[in-house]
Amino acid sequence: MQVTRTSPLSQGAMMIGLLLLIGLVAAPWWAGRADLRLLGEIFLYASLATLWNLLAGYAGLVSVGQQAYVGLGGYAFFALTMLFGVPIYLALPIAAVAGAIISAPVAALIFRLRGAYFAIGTWVIAEVFRLVAAQIPALGGGSGASLPADIVKTLADGRDAREAVAYWLALGIAVAVLAAAFVVLRSRQGIALMAIRDNELAARSLGIDIWRTKFVTYVMVGGLTTLVGALIFLQKLRISPEAAFSANDWTAFVIFIVVIGGIGTLEGPILGTLIFFALRETMADLGTVYLIALGAVAIAVMLFAPAGLWGLIRAKTGAELFPLSFRVVGLAARQATSSKD
Amino acid sequence: MDWVNAILQGTLLGGLYALFAAGLSLIFGVMRLVNIAHGDLIVLAAYLGLTASTALGLHPLVALVLVVPAMFAIGYVLQRGILNRTMGDDILPPLLVTFGLSIIIQNGLLTVYTADPQKLQAGNLETASLSAGGLTVGVLPLIVFITAVAIIGALQWMFYHTALGRAFRATSDRQDIAQLMGLNRAHVFGLAMGLSLAVTAVAGIFLGIRTSFDPAVGGSRLIFGFEAVIIGGLGNLWGTLAGGIVLGVSQALGGQIHPSLQILSGHIVFLVILAVRPRGLFPKMEG
Repeated sequence: MQVTRTSPLSQGAMMIGLLLLIGLVAAPWWAGRADLRLLGEIFLYASLATLWNLLAGYAGLVSVGQQAYVGLGGYAFFALTMLFGVPIYLALPIAAVAGAIISAPVAALIFRLRGAYFAIGTWVIAEVFRLVAAQIPALGGGSGASLPADIVKTLADGRDAREAVAYWLALGIAVAVLAAAFVVLRSRQGIALMAIRDNELAARSLGIDIWRTKFVTYVMVGGLTTLVGALIFLQKLRISPEAAFSANDWTAFVIFIVVIGGIGTLEGPILGTLIFFALRETMADLGTVYLIALGAVAIAVMLFAPAGLWGLIRAKTGAELFPLSFRVVGLAARQATSSKD
Repeated sequence: MDWVNAILQGTLLGGLYALFAAGLSLIFGVMRLVNIAHGDLIVLAAYLGLTASTALGLHPLVALVLVVPAMFAIGYVLQRGILNRTMGDDILPPLLVTFGLSIIIQNGLLTVYTADPQKLQAGNLETASLSAGGLTVGVLPLIVFITAVAIIGALQWMFYHTALGRAFRATSDRQDIAQLMGLNRAHVFGLAMGLSLAVTAVAGIFLGIRTSFDPAVGGSRLIFGFEAVIIGGLGNLWGTLAGGIVLGVSQALGGQIHPSLQILSGHIVFLVILAVRPRGLFPKMEG
């Protein structure tokens, strides 16, 4: 008998995932420009959803203000490249570090709010960021700014090459975020997080520093969300306070994705992103009705299947594509031998 | 004199924020529920007032007679039909369900009323003012402030001097024991939400008379109400009024420095208070 995390399914999923990744890396050679842009957007949303899920699904920090970091990333990226002449490839990591540094005092402040009030506190932070961004005349104030063409051209030579690079950056961040989430959840930190999520009192009595564990998670998610934000506005090439700090685009949609896909699982946000884009591509013409339907579906999922779609699948089949939980193998064989005694 | 005037106007504005906040404070006190859709429900009330005043030709303040019971009914049905199913130790379900409701209400209002800004027409009341000693006070802001004080006073009295208030307090202290003592928890929660939205109805009508509104303004109303609750201290209704006034005065003073700083300075004062007095100015209850 032994305890293991992997299963034949997770090993198979890993293989298929690798093949899929190779196919996706090669997408600029087989996909058209519009498809490439759509895929890039899917990767960026999958990253945002995975990051929000780390906060809400694992650390119990339900934020409705992650647009603060998406917008911060966009603005930091535009400011670095436009005002300080920092090369694009250097501006991206600097933006991520800046996001992490700024998220630390923010965490220290809003962790004073508990539960649901924490959620609204994060929204206040996002509003503060938005109002401050609107006060920067060098970046267009309230009306925003466009990334000058000579900066865009430093990304790569030719439009096709630039589209491909932007796509690879989006794919890269999605893989990096997923890998980071996976590694964190398999580490001591991740086990502490899941213990806190399951029972905060019991976790504390086992010596887990709850504040520190949540703080580290918040700062990590803050930095990575800032990086995703920088990439989003590298793709859009235009920024304004309303677009950068949009609660609908960067929080409402992300929450729907995670809730429908399955909160508190690594697979859920990916499944949710695919469902979200499938719905959007087919129903977005319906406008407000589409959003009402999305809200209603999210409520129905929360009431009747709080573990989301992936939760339903896992409950039925025990399937886990990312090997996180421990399972005991060889137990049946051992029982069979012991029953002979 | 400009600064004294700013403080006076800010105080009166604080009355409106206290009305935004009182409903939030009430349901948090009774059932630890934070309603993310609260701001959108305020806007919904304003639109109900709009329909009542345009379709029936009523003065917006007279329309309260219809809107208040309507919002009470919406609150009761919402709580018993949906929100009661989410009540429990886990904070995630109520948070995400009310978040979904917020999106539904916002887009529902967009579908019915479009994104055009609307305003409730209250005739002479909108411009009437009183002057004394060089200061001028609008009659409407004064009415809003006095109403806020009266509503908070009435809620406070209800909490400590009526059978309903006893039921609220008992459920707040120990839900399971209250149930054993013969209180129907689901019904008590329904009444609390109904009452919360009845206050919201008054807030929405006053909002609609004071400024123009559109379906997207709910979020910032929720934030103002929430800031008033936290500044004042959890579970303290008079504290919530004080919190509303602190917020209103901060915004008015910020606006006096530069108009674009109005909202931002309110948020900053909130964050400073959170940093130095995390439990608010007059806390009565643990978060």
